[in-house]
Amino acid sequence: MTTTVAILVDGAVYASWLFLVALGLTLTFGVMKILNIAHGSFYAIGAYAAASAVGAYVQAGLSPAGGYLVMAGAAAIAGVVVGYGLERGLLRFMYGRDAVLVLLVTYAVFLILDDVMLLIWGANPYIAYQPDMLLGTSTVFTLPYPNYDLSLIAVAAVIGSGLWWALSRTRRGKMLLTVIHDREMSTFLGIDVAKVFTVTFTLGAVLGALGGALTAPIISVQPGIGAEVIVLAFAVVVIGGMGSIVGAAVGSLAAGFAHAAAVHLFPQAELFVIYALMSLVLIVRPQGLFGQAQPRKI
Amino acid sequence: MSRDRTLPGLAVATLVLLGVAAAAPGWMVFTLVVSLAQGLVVLGLMVLWRAGLMSFGQSLYYAVGGYTVGLINIQFGLSNALLLVLAAPAVAGLLAFLLGFLLARYRDIFFSMLTLAFAMILYGVLVKSSTLGSTDGFSILTPSFLGPHPGPDATQRLLTGLAALIALLAAALVHRYLKSTAGHLATAIRDNEIRVEYLGYSVHRAIHVKYVLAGILAGAGGAIVAMAIGHIDPEMAYWTTAGEFVFVAILAGAGSVAAPFLGAILFVVLRTYAAQYTPHLWHMVLGGTLLLFIVFLPDGVWSLFERACRPLKRRAPS
Amino acid sequence: MLMIKRKYRDTLRALVRAAALGLAVAGMVFCTGTAARAAGDVKLGIVTFLSGPAAGPFGIPSRNAANLVIDAINQGTLPAPYNTKGFGGATIDPVIIDEAGSTTQVVENFRNLVQQRHVDAVVGYVSSGSCLAIAPVAEELKMLTVFYDCGTPRIFEAHSYKYVFRTSATATMDNVGAARYLKQMFPGDTTYAGINPNYAWGQDSWRDFTDSMKVIEPKSKVTVALWPKLFAGQYNAEISTLLINKQQIIHSSLFGGDLTAFLAQADARDLPKHSRLVLTTGETDMYTFSKHIPDGTIIGARGPYGVFAHKSPLNTWFRAAFEKRFGTPPIYTSYQMAQAILGLKAAYDKAAQEAGKRPDQDEVIKALTYLKFEGVGDAVDMALGNGHQAVTEMAYGTYEYDAKTKTPKLVNIVYFPAWCVNPPPGTKAVQWISGGMKGAKCQ
Repeated sequence: MTTTVAILVDGAVYASWLFLVALGLTLTFGVMKILNIAHGSFYAIGAYAAASAVGAYVQAGLSPAGGYLVMAGAAAIAGVVVGYGLERGLLRFMYGRDAVLVLLVTYAVFLILDDVMLLIWGANPYIAYQPDMLLGTSTVFTLPYPNYDLSLIAVAAVIGSGLWWALSRTRRGKMLLTVIHDREMSTFLGIDVAKVFTVTFTLGAVLGALGGALTAPIISVQPGIGAEVIVLAFAVVVIGGMGSIVGAAVGSLAAGFAHAAAVHLFPQAELFVIYALMSLVLIVRPQGLFGQAQPRKI
Repeated sequence: MSRDRTLPGLAVATLVLLGVAAAAPGWMVFTLVVSLAQGLVVLGLMVLWRAGLMSFGQSLYYAVGGYTVGLINIQFGLSNALLLVLAAPAVAGLLAFLLGFLLARYRDIFFSMLTLAFAMILYGVLVKSSTLGSTDGFSILTPSFLGPHPGPDATQRLLTGLAALIALLAAALVHRYLKSTAGHLATAIRDNEIRVEYLGYSVHRAIHVKYVLAGILAGAGGAIVAMAIGHIDPEMAYWTTAGEFVFVAILAGAGSVAAPFLGAILFVVLRTYAAQYTPHLWHMVLGGTLLLFIVFLPDGVWSLFERACRPLKRRAPS
Repeated sequence: MLMIKRKYRDTLRALVRAAALGLAVAGMVFCTGTAARAAGDVKLGIVTFLSGPAAGPFGIPSRNAANLVIDAINQGTLPAPYNTKGFGGATIDPVIIDEAGSTTQVVENFRNLVQQRHVDAVVGYVSSGSCLAIAPVAEELKMLTVFYDCGTPRIFEAHSYKYVFRTSATATMDNVGAARYLKQMFPGDTTYAGINPNYAWGQDSWRDFTDSMKVIEPKSKVTVALWPKLFAGQYNAEISTLLINKQQIIHSSLFGGDLTAFLAQADARDLPKHSRLVLTTGETDMYTFSKHIPDGTIIGARGPYGVFAHKSPLNTWFRAAFEKRFGTPPIYTSYQMAQAILGLKAAYDKAAQEAGKRPDQDEVIKALTYLKFEGVGDAVDMALGNGHQAVTEMAYGTYEYDAKTKTPKLVNIVYFPAWCVNPPPGTKAVQWISGGMKGAKCQ
C-alpha cells in the first residue's frame, strides 16, 4: 500500500517536472514545426539564472519569501533575452528550410550555449536549496515529502491549464491555433505569422527557463544538465503527441509513473523504461497518444 | 546530360587515401580511419535522407557492429579484420531487416524518434551488462590480417587501407543503387508517396531496403571504428553519437556518394583541432563552425564541389 | 576519339583536385608537426574533464592542482623532498586538454597529443572507461602515461603494461574500507541498501561493497539496490523506496553534483534520521555543502586525501597555497593529480641522478616501477600490477558539523593500512574479496 502511494506521489512529482520542461518544447514544435534541441540550454540557463539570483538574494539577507519571485523573475528575463535574441538573430533566417536543417541549427546553438554557460557560471555546481527547505515537509501516508516538490504538481497544473486556456479561449491564442493548422491561410487572414513565431519561440524559451528555475532548488545546477533533460523531454512530447499540450501532460504522467514504478519495483529498468514506453506507444499509435494523424497528400 | 564522373573520381580518391594510409604521420592515419568509419554510417543516412527520412538512432547499428566485433573476439578468439568487417554488417543488417518491418511504416519525426528509442534501449541494455564491462566497455583484440602480425603501426595502416577499400566498394554500390530505378524512387517517395504507389511500386519495400542498407553500412562503420580504437563501450549507442552522424550528414550534403566521406573528414579534423588548440572552448568552436556551414552552405559542403564543376558541365557539350 | 579525350581530361581534373586537397591537408600537417619546442623542456600532456558534469567535482579541482604544482616545481619552491627545480632540472611545459566526449574522441585526442604535439609524458584521466581505452594505445605509441584517478582495478589485472602507470589506488579499497569501518564502528548495523549510479563505477562499487560485507559481516542483509541514471539529479522515487525499506545503512558511490542533489533531497525528507549514510566519495561535498550533510554520515575520500591527509610540510604548503590561489580547499581529486605529478617528478629526479643527464623515457619508466614516493597526503607504493599500480592506505571518518564555528569536521577517523584493504600482488580484486580477503594485514 505504502509503495503504491509512493509510486503515485513520486510519479506525479516527476511528471510535473517533465511537463514543465516539455511544455515549451511541444509549443514550439506545434506552432513552428521546430524540434528545438536548444530547449535543453534554455532549461539550463533558467536553472543557472535562478540559482545565482537566489544565492545573491539570500546573501543580501532579504525576506526569504521574495526568493520565489526573484527565482522566477530571473528565469523569465533570461528566457526572454536568449529566446528573443535567438529567434530574431538566427532562426528567422532559417524558416522555410528543411526541418532537419533547422534542428541542426538548434543543435549547434546548444553546443555553443554549453560553453557560454561554462564561461559565465564556471564548472562548479550551484546550489540553491533555500526555497526548497523553506516550505517544510508534509507526510503522505507515513512518507515525508517536501512541500516544495508537492507544490510543483500544482504549479505545473496551473501553468499547463493557463497555457491551454490562453490558446483555446483567447483571441490571440486562437490566432496561434490558426497558424498551427494552416500557415498560408493564416497569412491570408492577415495574421502576422512572423510576429506569432517570435512570440511563440520566446514563450517557449521562457517556459524552458522557468522549468529549469523551478528545478534548481531540488538539483545541483552544473554543466551538462541541459543534455540530460532534452532527450527525456523529447520522449515525453513524442509519447503524448507532438504539439499537443494535453498530450504533453498525459505523456509526462505516463513517463513519470513508469519511472517511479520502475524505481520501486524493478530498479534495473530505470535507465530505459521511458524509452521502452515511447517505443511501445509509437508502435501502437504512431502519431503519439494525442497527436493528429497526418493525412497523406495526393 | 553531363556524364557521370563519380566512379573514376572515387577510384582516384581511393588511391589518394591509400597513399595517406601508407605514408602519412600516425595521427593522420587515425583521423582518416575514424572519418572513413563515420563516413560509412553517414552514407547510409544519406540513402535514407534522399527519401526524406532521417534516423536519429543510427548509433544502434554502429554499436551492434562494434559489439559484434567484441563478442566474436571473446567467444571465438577471432581477430581477423576481413572476417570481422563482413560479420558485423551482416549482424547489423539482419537486425535492420527485422526492425525494418516495423519502421518502414513510419515517416517524418516519428521515424526519427522511434529509431532513437531503439538505440536508447540498446544503450540501457549494454549499460546493465556488467559482464561486458557496463559503461567502461572492453578492449578489442588487435586486428590481424592474413599472414603474420605486422606490428601496431602497420596494423593501423593496413586497417585504414582496408577501410578505404570498403568505403570505395560501399560508395560504388550505393552509387549504382541510387542510379537504379529503386534508387530514383527516393525523391519520388519524398515528394509524394501515393503517386509512387499508383505507379505500381511498393513504398514500404523501398524504404525497408534503404533502412537495411543504412543498417549494414552503420554496422561496417562500427566494426572499423572498434578495431581502430581498440575499445568499445555503450556510448556507441547513445543519442549523442547518433546526433553526430546526422550532423555530418547535413554538413556533407546529399549531392554525391563521396560527400559523406568528405563531410566526415572535415568534421573529424575540425573536432581534432578544436580539442587540441581550444581545450576549454571546443564545443563553441565546433558548434560555431557548423552553424556557419549550415547557414551559408545549406546544401552541404558538397555543393561547393558542384558549384566548382558547373562551368565544366556547361562547356562539356561543345 | 573525342570521348577518350574527354574521359582523359575528366580524370586529369579529378586528379588535380585530389592533389590540391592532399596538398592542403599536408600543409596543415606540416604547420603543426614542426611547432617549435623549447629545447630541454619536458612537455607534459594533462587530460581531465574541462566541460560536462564531471568538470566541477573532478576536472577543475585537478586542473587547478596541476597548475599549482607544476608552477611550484618549475620555480623550485616545493617543500622537501621535492625542493629541486623541474623534472630532473628540466622545466615542465604543460599541455591541457579536455577528457569530455566519446571514447573515440578521447583516444583521438590522446593520439594527437602524442603524435601531433609530441608530448614527453601524459598525466590524466578520471573515467575508468577512458583509462581502459587509453592503456593499450599508450602501449602501442610507447608513451609514458600516468593515470591519476580512474577507479577500476581491471586495467592492470587483465594486462601487463610497460608504459602505463596509475599513482592512485583502485576503487577496491574504498568499498573494502567502508565495510571494515562499519564493522569496527557500528557492529550492530546489519541491514543495508545501496544507491549507486547506473554505470560501471557504481556497479563495481556496489559489487565490492556487498562482497566485502558478506565476508566481514556474514549476518548482513541487503534490503534494496537502486540504480539511478548517471547525472539524473532527481532522487525522489529512490528516497521513497529507501524510506519504505528502513535499512540501517545506505551505501552510495554517487559523486559530485549527483551526490549533492541526493543529500539535499534526502535531508529534506529526513532519510538520514532512519539510515546512516556511507558515502565513498563524500569528501568532495564537505566544504561546499557542509550544512546539509547529516551528522553521523560516514565519509571517504578514495584514499589519504583532503581531510584525511597526514600532516607534513608538503601537505601544509599544498592546502595553504591551493586555498590562497583558488579560494577553496583542495579535494581528493586535487590530491590525486598532485600525487601523479609528484610521482613523475620523483621518477625523473631519480632517473636523472642515475643517468647523470636528462633521462630517456625508458630510464624514467624503470625509476617509476615499484617506486615508493611521498604523495601530498601519505606515502605511495607502486606495488601492484608489476610495479605499475599504486596502493595507499585508506581512511574513513564520521562527519560532524559545528554550527557555531560553521566548520565541518570528521571524528573517529580510522586509517586502514594499504595491505588491509588491497589485494596482494597477483590476485584479482574481485576474487580476493569473495575468497575471504586472505592475507589481509590490518595491524
